[in-house]
Amino acid sequence: MSPFLAGVLQLLALIAALALAYRPLGDHMAKVYGSTKHLRVEKWIYKAVGANPSVEMRWPAYLRGVLAFSAVSVLFLYLLQRVQGSLPGSLGFASIDPDQAFNTAASFVSNTNWQSYYGEQAMGHVVQTGGLAVQNFVSAAVGMAVAVALVRGFARSRTGELGNFWADLVRGVVRILLPISVIGAIILVACGAIQNFAGIHEVGQFMGGTQQWNGGAVASQEVIKELGTNGGGYFNANSAHPFENPNAFTNLFEIFLILLIPFSLTRTFGRMVGSIRQGYAILGTMATIWVGFVLLMWAAEFGGHGPAFEVAGAAMEGKETRFGIGASSIFAVSTTLTSTGAVDSFHSSFTGLGGGITMLGMMLGEIAPGGVGSGLYGMLVMAMIAVFIAGLMVGRTPEYLGKKISTREIKFAACYILVTPALVLCFTAAAMALDTPANSMTNTGAHGFSEVLYAYTSGANNNGSAFAGLNADTQWFNTTIGLAMLLGRFLPMVFVLALAGSLAEQTPIPATAGTLRTEKPLFTGLLVGTILIITGLTYFPALALGPLAEGLS
Amino acid sequence: MNNSLGNTARLIGAGLRALLVLTLVCGVIYPLAVTGIAQGLFNDKANGSEMTAGGKVVGSELIGQTYNRPLKPGEETPSPDLKWFQPRPSNGLGANSVNTQYKLILSGATNRSGDNEELIQWVKDAKAAVVKDNSTAGYKVKPSDVPAEAVTSSASGLDPHISPEYAELQAHRVAEKNHLDVKQVRKLVADHTDGRILGFMGEPRVNVLQLNIALKELTEK
Repeated sequence: MSPFLAGVLQLLALIAALALAYRPLGDHMAKVYGSTKHLRVEKWIYKAVGANPSVEMRWPAYLRGVLAFSAVSVLFLYLLQRVQGSLPGSLGFASIDPDQAFNTAASFVSNTNWQSYYGEQAMGHVVQTGGLAVQNFVSAAVGMAVAVALVRGFARSRTGELGNFWADLVRGVVRILLPISVIGAIILVACGAIQNFAGIHEVGQFMGGTQQWNGGAVASQEVIKELGTNGGGYFNANSAHPFENPNAFTNLFEIFLILLIPFSLTRTFGRMVGSIRQGYAILGTMATIWVGFVLLMWAAEFGGHGPAFEVAGAAMEGKETRFGIGASSIFAVSTTLTSTGAVDSFHSSFTGLGGGITMLGMMLGEIAPGGVGSGLYGMLVMAMIAVFIAGLMVGRTPEYLGKKISTREIKFAACYILVTPALVLCFTAAAMALDTPANSMTNTGAHGFSEVLYAYTSGANNNGSAFAGLNADTQWFNTTIGLAMLLGRFLPMVFVLALAGSLAEQTPIPATAGTLRTEKPLFTGLLVGTILIITGLTYFPALALGPLAEGLS
Repeated sequence: MNNSLGNTARLIGAGLRALLVLTLVCGVIYPLAVTGIAQGLFNDKANGSEMTAGGKVVGSELIGQTYNRPLKPGEETPSPDLKWFQPRPSNGLGANSVNTQYKLILSGATNRSGDNEELIQWVKDAKAAVVKDNSTAGYKVKPSDVPAEAVTSSASGLDPHISPEYAELQAHRVAEKNHLDVKQVRKLVADHTDGRILGFMGEPRVNVLQLNIALKELTEK
């Protein structure tokens, strides 16, 4: 069997597994967020928090909950790293410097998991397991909560109430993320991922002598890192490290976990707005882009264009033997089209065009299928833009799911799609204009520019993967990428929740013969086109200077 | 003003309590429960899949290692011990720089791009070395025979595998250095070649440590 055919079969297996999980998980999530009952453990948590989960919140209150919880999380994670040196269970690892601790705290709370540190030499058990892994759960649950609030905005009328943030947060963790994580972690351990609390210990070697290894709660962190589309590796090599991703089956399983919730949420969306087919239209858009990107990536990586790869015979630099080019390409596309950023192969050593595809995936706004929650709300904002453009073409007031898309709504949507490109392009321009940031580049020329562009694209879009040639542990990059991650996460959430509030207040308008049928394939096509055109217009000049210049030279 | 300050304080308090409770659930109970189950059911795997040979631990099935001669005085980089099957290059591995009380290995890739001069040179040098080291009196290696993964660094730097083609290519040299019959060594390679999982997942591969352990047993017979 050729490696290409094996790649195709792996893609088909993945699609089959996701299709099997789509209905039960999507329906389960709709039930979780629609339920009025509380589990016993949840009641206990609400009591500890001091919140009444049955109180409905309007959008400003919901947003205040999101921001308060996230602000406390940044501060807590920052302090935890700053005192690591004095904490027991930290293997004697030192406290993290202020700029790096800020960067890491911003990174994990914003669901980005950009890492300017080396996991195995910087973070002990307490910070990894009690700090970073906890944010993997809760930042994912926050993203899902905001997405659900937006969906309620479409589903509800003449109210303005969007649900209760604390209830959505706790239910996301307790009823969705934790159960899947427990099962997933045990599957990973069964295949060879490690799960222990050993210190740093010596292991004998074949030729004599020893190697020093870290122990750690790796499997339990690995599973939520993928499931919550977080992506921060226990080890520096991330999901390429054999202790995180021991074989080709776990590799596919991890890609499955990355895509599981983002795809299934479209079913939840369809259920909540009362039309499964509206969910299918969004799913169709996401799946079309995802499969298209995988095919493009295979063309680039199996093609192996580039001087070093042509000498070697194939683009195997930065890829593991057990995964090969086919599966590494699927992973790379899935991690950058979601907000994950975990890697099983290193994007900096992809071919010029392959690296460009990973960047373009993030630049789409990570909506195909996108991060948990953030993918759905990003896609729904794009759908509103698409409806708006269609409305302009026929001269009709645009509407989506029975709600008018008027000036107010389109202003929020426009602000949403402008935030991230503004952050990416301004910070990249500043880094290129100043003298010192350029010293961090490993490669020169077009690829060096790509390293910096990739870093801010990854940060502002909350992805977290890297063209890791860039030495990002400098005060400049720690600070600016930290800011890009926080602004790139929470400013869009402000607009999404404002939008949700505005939609929920409206009186629904009945569909007429003139209404654009948003559940039809025609709309899926329009949406795909809108996404590609908006992203293309925004980023083409920057892409031309980096990956396109490298790939076409 | 006082009222809004009070509201903010209450909100921050609720956020902090929520974080602490969820830390207890996701950061203490969950990892401990998973560790308990993992240690009980998959003790060997949860602790790193260690392999033993001759009663001694010789590494992990999952973690690649080097098979080099000891450093000679005046030498800066160790040379490969050609008696043993050789792994992929690992130019992306680093040494720890923060906690120098440890000699940890930092996993990682080179992150060099396809047009990077240094990478082009590494690949050329590696290819020349593979051709030179593996050509024996009766077996000449052509540069076009050398598989790509033999001359490129992996993503983790700890790749425990090589392709069956690269193992096959080394069989002649290994046989010569160990005074074994080539057929015997090739059979060893064939026995330690793993196909794709379920026939389609990943790529065919040979675990270098397992192969070298088997080779050692063969030479000691």
